[in-house]
Amino acid sequence: MAAEQSTRPPIRWHIAVFLAPAVLIYTAIMILPLFNTLKLALYTDAQNAQVFIGLDNFRLLFGDERWSEQFWNALGNNVWFFIIHMLVQNPIGILLAALLSSPRLRMRAFYRTAIFIPTILSFVIAGFAWKLILSPLWGVAPNLLDFVGLKGLFQPWLGKEAYALTTLALISVWQFVGIPMMLIYAALLSIPDELLEAAECDGVTGMAQFWKIKLPLVLPAIGIISILTFVGNFNAFDLIYSTQGALAGPDFSTDILGTFLYRTFFGFQLQLGDPNLGAAIATAMFLIILIGVSIYLFGIQRRLRRYQF
Amino acid sequence: MTFKHMKLALLAATMLGSAGTAMAEDVTLTIESWRNDDLPIWQEKLIPAFEASHPGIKVKFAPSAPTEYNAVLNSKLEAGTAGDLITCRPFDASLSLYNKGQLVAIQDLPNMKNFGDVAKAAWSTDDGSATFCVPMASVIHGFIYNAEIFEELGLEAPKTVDAFFALLDKIKEDGSYIPMAMGAKDQWEAATMGYTNIGPNYWKGEEGRLALIKGEQKLTDEDWVEPFRQLAKWAPYLGDGYEAQAYPDSQNLFTLGRAAIFPAGSWEISIFNEQADFKMGAFPPPVQKEGDTCYISDHTDIGIGMNAKGPNQEAAKTFLNWVGSAEFASLYANSLPGFFSLSNETVEMEDPLAKEFVSWRESCKSTIRPAHQILSRGTPNLWNEMWNVSANVLRGAQTPEEAGETLQKGLASWYEPQKQ
Repeated sequence: MAAEQSTRPPIRWHIAVFLAPAVLIYTAIMILPLFNTLKLALYTDAQNAQVFIGLDNFRLLFGDERWSEQFWNALGNNVWFFIIHMLVQNPIGILLAALLSSPRLRMRAFYRTAIFIPTILSFVIAGFAWKLILSPLWGVAPNLLDFVGLKGLFQPWLGKEAYALTTLALISVWQFVGIPMMLIYAALLSIPDELLEAAECDGVTGMAQFWKIKLPLVLPAIGIISILTFVGNFNAFDLIYSTQGALAGPDFSTDILGTFLYRTFFGFQLQLGDPNLGAAIATAMFLIILIGVSIYLFGIQRRLRRYQF
Repeated sequence: MTFKHMKLALLAATMLGSAGTAMAEDVTLTIESWRNDDLPIWQEKLIPAFEASHPGIKVKFAPSAPTEYNAVLNSKLEAGTAGDLITCRPFDASLSLYNKGQLVAIQDLPNMKNFGDVAKAAWSTDDGSATFCVPMASVIHGFIYNAEIFEELGLEAPKTVDAFFALLDKIKEDGSYIPMAMGAKDQWEAATMGYTNIGPNYWKGEEGRLALIKGEQKLTDEDWVEPFRQLAKWAPYLGDGYEAQAYPDSQNLFTLGRAAIFPAGSWEISIFNEQADFKMGAFPPPVQKEGDTCYISDHTDIGIGMNAKGPNQEAAKTFLNWVGSAEFASLYANSLPGFFSLSNETVEMEDPLAKEFVSWRESCKSTIRPAHQILSRGTPNLWNEMWNVSANVLRGAQTPEEAGETLQKGLASWYEPQKQ
């Protein structure tokens, strides 16, 4: 062809053409709004006009005793929410995946589906169902505990400051444990049989095989799950909002960054919304997530050893 | 992200709004409202009554969902597609519309003379010089009780606080019923039906409320802390696990006949009439000593004004004047028992429970919820804080004195007259 004979390599238009739809759509619905939010945080509303005020919104958010107290409270709760997920959801997910991949297990498809189903439920349904289960008036939880003689252990968990957040975190774990299970399960299945047979020849079987062979091989998948959990938890909102409302009671003990953002941005009852300060909170959330992801990316993921089969 | 959603919502609202303003030969007035529950009442009773007496004017009731109303209305007003008549939220939400020039001052309408100052306060400027909505209805707080349980246990509605607690003790001793249905989970129950229900008897209604606005009283004063002490004393009489009991739970406990008393707002009347199959009675918040003046929370909740940019100003004025008339007051109050007319005209009501509630206006002094006028303009928002601390006090997580201090500290952080 003629083009091949010219000295300069031809401009490869097709790359731009094929990239264009994705880039344009992604820019329009993700990047522009993101920068708009960042911009919004630098303005304030004065007499129905947007006025540039630099970093004043952030000064208010972190400098004012009340705002900063609420912010750190929400962040602290968020961290606890995340810790529960890391300590409960992910180990249980790994355990379930290990059990599922055991060759002696029967009805594997049934278990897999049953455990995964809550994940596809709406937050609102999960929240409402658990609110009913745990209700001290009509719930089945008090009766079930009574059945095994442990009625004394029952508490109105969602109404007690000490328990509410942990209870909600566990509800969320119940709902989403299917995701780490599936990802790890897939990773476990992709370990070649030759490797496991070789291990068996060397006398590594049972639990030792899991700890020494399988677990190191699925570590990258565990890393991905951790980061997904991190991002998901710091963006969480729906479950708290649907069970505890926008004031995240009792006494803000379940207030996380998402509900704090909602109250500030849209207002609540007589509190008028303040989109600018709300955008400042959204920006802070964005930075927290960005920092968390970066730490993972540069600090952990690069050190993970990968194996080529 | 969130910002984008807002834009889309505004766009959608604008398009829907403009689709709604079709013109006919007659002048057609469109009413913006959040009361979508009331659609049948407007279509079947109120609008036909108006149209019969005012030929040439047609009225269309176009409600949106309560939680979306403020956002939808604001965007319609900005885009110039809002209806001629605007249902008004009380206080600051409507005041800000008036200040933006989107609502018209209507204090000169002939029928505005039918309303007292307290009724108009919710839709007037701070100095009272302009009023921009016709008051439609208020809700009254008190206690609704299960008359059959009272009869069975030989109880009578209490007048004083001591009698009230003696009554609760009796129900508790008997053991077959939960003395009072109320939960702490939704927070607003504790604030609305708890603190601001019984409170006016302690801060002497309007007297205390206005003194608070002027900065002459503080939320740490005895008058404002004592209602919290009373609230804290309710805890042993509530159901098991009331800390996690939500508002619908409380309603169900009462309508299923498992609880004897429901600290209520009058809007419950129509719901309870439908769901409860026993006789009910009501009593006002008990006073401290026999013979004390009683005060009730008679909270202005809903009004109606006109769009400054609406095309049919004259017809809209005619309609608003009609809303101020005795005819409307009686129609509205009887179609929606529990929403009481704010008119000075006497309104005959048929529902016995609603009659009982409204009779307290004769014997007691009316006031509105203390946090709503002016005091909820800043952050932290006083009303939101009241929800939180009232629930805390009810759960025993905060002492009444601490609750007062939290409120005072929050208010003093931004409200000038309270700063010293």
